[in-house]
Amino acid sequence: MRLSLRRRPAGDVVDRAVDGPAELDGPDAGQAWGAAREIPRADRFSLQDLLVEASFGIGAKPSRLIMTTLGTVLGIASLVVTVGFAQTAAGQIANQFDSVSATQVLVEPATQRGSNGADVATGRLPWDAPERVARLAGVERAGLIADVDVKDLTVTSVPVNDPSAPAVSSPTVVATSADLLAAVRGDVVTGRYFDAGHDARGDRVAVLGERAAEALGINRVDSQPSIFIGETPYTVIGIVDGMERRSDLLDSVILPLGTARTDFGVKAASELHVQIAVGAGELVARQAPIAISPNAPENFTVTSPSSKSDLRDNIQSDINVVFLILGGIALLAGGLGIANVTMLSVMERIGEIGLRRALGATKRDIARQFMIESVVIGLLGGLIGSALGVFAVVIVSLVQGWTPILDPWLAIGSALLGAVVGLAAGVLPARRASNIEPITALRGS
Amino acid sequence: MTRPAVVELVDVTRSFPGPPEVQALKSVNLRVDAGDYLSIVGPSGSGKSTMLNLLGLLDRPSVGEYYLDGVSTGALDEQQRAALRGGKIGFVFQAFHLLPHRSVLDNVLLATLYSGVPRSEREPRARAAIDRVGLNHRVDFLPGTLSGGERQRVAVARAVVGSPELLLADEPTGNLDATTSSEVMDLFEELNADGLSLVIITHDRAVAERAERSIRITDGRLLELA
Repeated sequence: MRLSLRRRPAGDVVDRAVDGPAELDGPDAGQAWGAAREIPRADRFSLQDLLVEASFGIGAKPSRLIMTTLGTVLGIASLVVTVGFAQTAAGQIANQFDSVSATQVLVEPATQRGSNGADVATGRLPWDAPERVARLAGVERAGLIADVDVKDLTVTSVPVNDPSAPAVSSPTVVATSADLLAAVRGDVVTGRYFDAGHDARGDRVAVLGERAAEALGINRVDSQPSIFIGETPYTVIGIVDGMERRSDLLDSVILPLGTARTDFGVKAASELHVQIAVGAGELVARQAPIAISPNAPENFTVTSPSSKSDLRDNIQSDINVVFLILGGIALLAGGLGIANVTMLSVMERIGEIGLRRALGATKRDIARQFMIESVVIGLLGGLIGSALGVFAVVIVSLVQGWTPILDPWLAIGSALLGAVVGLAAGVLPARRASNIEPITALRGS
Repeated sequence: MTRPAVVELVDVTRSFPGPPEVQALKSVNLRVDAGDYLSIVGPSGSGKSTMLNLLGLLDRPSVGEYYLDGVSTGALDEQQRAALRGGKIGFVFQAFHLLPHRSVLDNVLLATLYSGVPRSEREPRARAAIDRVGLNHRVDFLPGTLSGGERQRVAVARAVVGSPELLLADEPTGNLDATTSSEVMDLFEELNADGLSLVIITHDRAVAERAERSIRITDGRLLELA
């Protein structure tokens, strides 16, 4: 065991005590007494070693670590909160003035001028488009509308053959999916709206817009009245009104899509109405065409509430400047705090620094160690601050019923900003540490 | 051909620019062979610190040449000197300088970090070194729980774990009582008997007298005591 301490591993350097003179015959006899050996890369002081050493330095005093990161935490958190609320407000303020238009997105197939001068749709809304967009964040409901071409068939409540009756223009016929009523904010006056089951089976049921019902002389549905399109009877199961987004539906006879496809050969839906959460307009407008048709999202035009507003910009800039300044000050204080504590730590650890130098650490190794400690403290503060900021934005939005909108890069970037603050704060202490005279440090205490 | 001296100082002068210019060491010649056991004594201000700095490659001579294990150190850059220091010299200090939050094993491993000991050998060698100084049962203890003598043994283990040629001890018994001092000195002498060159800088006459060679520094000049 004694010997093992004195002897280098075989093959590295030949054991001098035993066969020293023999070495002269070796190829590297001139180097026998070993100028500094070339150390294999894997055995040098690596980044990993550096991180381990730095982590011990950071972890040595947990309570101090908390105090040190506090400034950065506050600074980063206030930055995230400020920018986060500004982004969230982008969805809110303008929308309070027109909450209906702010929560409605309309998707239509794009059109192109065809060779005969008529507009031709270049895209086709798939029948499951509502299900596809319903999965997107911010979408609350979605429904399809298709115009039904009934040729010259008339819509009547009782098929009477009366040649003397005046010609009445019959109500238009449209077909919708079951969710459309909610998506365009209609209300059921009496009876019910059809559901997905009617749609799937192609049941001959119809819902009337309020004015159409009046024109057809139907005002209650408990007696299961029928209307006739041409000669085909449809049972009226409900009467609806409201529908601010498509008030023309009030004059329409509404059939389930499946029924319209079976009876009138409807080929495609013409509009997809989407009701969204307040503030989600931009997001849904960007994602909806992709969800509907991943291969050709450009074939759809989307009408969505704009989030750009002069009013909003004005309000925002006032709030922002104040909070950004506060955040900046907190961050500056945080940086100074890190610099201060790291400097203190350098002074306390003079002995350790001297020792490391004596053990073969270069000035650069020492500087890097303190630099890393400072950066990690900053990054830690940044991460915590960023998380707190995001939570604050989400919780306040939740309480207020807003849609929280946060750019993920804001969270990531502000955490990294913490690291940058740490980097800047570490420069001076690291330089001080690397310039410490080892022997003075080692004999001092 | 015999192996070169572990330490060879040739006409080394170290002066600090003034005004007034101070010559801490004046034209010093010193040779320490492998296995030598040397003590350096002298009053404070005599140049002992400067000597320690130079021998430990922590400072450069103003004039003259320092050969460490046959290598001329004058032309080396800072990086190479650090590597040489880590690989060839072990330090033991009066104040131990153990890291308080790290275990005994970690403290000893610290010395392998910068000196290029192959990674796979680090822990076995550190354990062997701890075993060598008789602290097997303290491997996972924190330095704060050890006695002064034990702490200095940990420091010795740390100094020898990299298989140095030269052990530089700076007042190694300064913080220890007479009995513990003697135990630590016994340990040094055992290591010396294994072939390690030993240079001890001390105030303590009893310690100095145990050495085979004793050198006195006075006013920057060396005097070999018979």
